[in-house]
Amino acid sequence: MVQPLNVLKESPSQTAGPYVHIGCTPNFCGIGGVWAEDLGARMKTGPVQGEEIVITGAVHDGMGMVLKDALVEIWQADSQGRFPGHDAEADPNFTGFGRSPGDMETGAFRFETVKPGRVRWTDGRWQAPHISVWIVARGINIGLQTRIYFDDEAKANAEDPILTRLEHQGRVRTLLAARQEDGSYRFDVHIQGPQETVFFDI
Amino acid sequence: MTEHSTGKGGFVARDRDWHPAPYHPPYKTSVKRAPQAALLSFPTTASEITGPTFGHGIIGPQDNDLIHNFTGESAIGPRIVVHGRVQDEFGRGVGGALVEVWQANAGGRYRHRKEGYVAALDPNFGGCGRVITDADGFYEFRTIMPGAYPWPNGMNDWRPAHIHFSVFGHSFAQRLITQMYFEGDPLISLCPIVGSIQNPDAVKALIAPLDKARTVPMDALAYKFDIVLRGRRQTAFETRPEGL
Ligand SMILES: [Fe+3]
Repeated sequence: MVQPLNVLKESPSQTAGPYVHIGCTPNFCGIGGVWAEDLGARMKTGPVQGEEIVITGAVHDGMGMVLKDALVEIWQADSQGRFPGHDAEADPNFTGFGRSPGDMETGAFRFETVKPGRVRWTDGRWQAPHISVWIVARGINIGLQTRIYFDDEAKANAEDPILTRLEHQGRVRTLLAARQEDGSYRFDVHIQGPQETVFFDI
Repeated sequence: MTEHSTGKGGFVARDRDWHPAPYHPPYKTSVKRAPQAALLSFPTTASEITGPTFGHGIIGPQDNDLIHNFTGESAIGPRIVVHGRVQDEFGRGVGGALVEVWQANAGGRYRHRKEGYVAALDPNFGGCGRVITDADGFYEFRTIMPGAYPWPNGMNDWRPAHIHFSVFGHSFAQRLITQMYFEGDPLISLCPIVGSIQNPDAVKALIAPLDKARTVPMDALAYKFDIVLRGRRQTAFETRPEGL
């Protein structure tokens, strides 16, 4: 026998189930008056620095069906690459955190945010602008982690430590939000199948 | 956040064998909602080590009282206190963590337009609450005992009584949603969602014991539910750049 390590195990994940919105966005699903505003509904609390952008998209299952019961959360740096709450210089009118329950009828999520600045990789290299994404829903037993990059950041993307490291380079496009004619970005997530989004184990 | 409450390095890798299998056919919805390709691993960067911070200012006085926070009147059902500590894998308390909870009412019915169970709605029960842990990671809220409920999966599947938990630690990499079950419930071992967890010790980690010491006499029973979030490595001998 040896001494115990006394390291605890992380609490096992469980699915968020079909009613995640009751707890995470109660106002959205008609439970009003418990608290005033759903968490993460607004990422901008005043005039913000940098380029304001809109990202919309949907989460698709392995049959190509859109999930109508997903909850998508994003976390990102401000326009100068500073994380709100962690960097005293960060934009005071930007929270960095967004939570979208998705449209009840179409399942589409939507974030009104700013284009993130670049932040460094662990060895000091610059990463391309990106947004961290976390997705939960009924049937998802442990939250899915991925990132949104931007298809109009070709130069930065070409030197990004993660994008350049993907063995299947054809899958890089699954991480790119596509600039639309109206100026917004479109980002679709495919949980499985030939277009499967690259998910992370971070 | 104090330095001893969190390491300074990257996160210890998740033990994916301890967590539920993403693809678990007895839980039918998971079949088409589980990734098939290998997950991409990389060291945690500032994007994952940081995360949103929520101050006590967002919390209203009744946010942690599900018995009363919907209408002000008392919800129907056995009254319980749920308490515990949010800590990391090294046993360090995680202070300032946001814990959001939601659950069915005493009859097993959710307040949701997609809910199809015939059990009655309780006009005084909304089913959501939230609390922020104190400096040492402790939290408590009170609610009513949720009922078990049937759900469309197999011909006759019932969920054990449970409370859904969503937890924000200090980092986006710690983000976790899980469920708390109750000691002694015979439905736990029959549940396909619980069954997505392959390791029986991991299932035990989600079952809250009755905690007689924390009951409120003539008022409420108590259950203890500790939550463990991922921990960060110490950095005294951390090598940089981190190996890939
Ligand atoms: Fe449930």
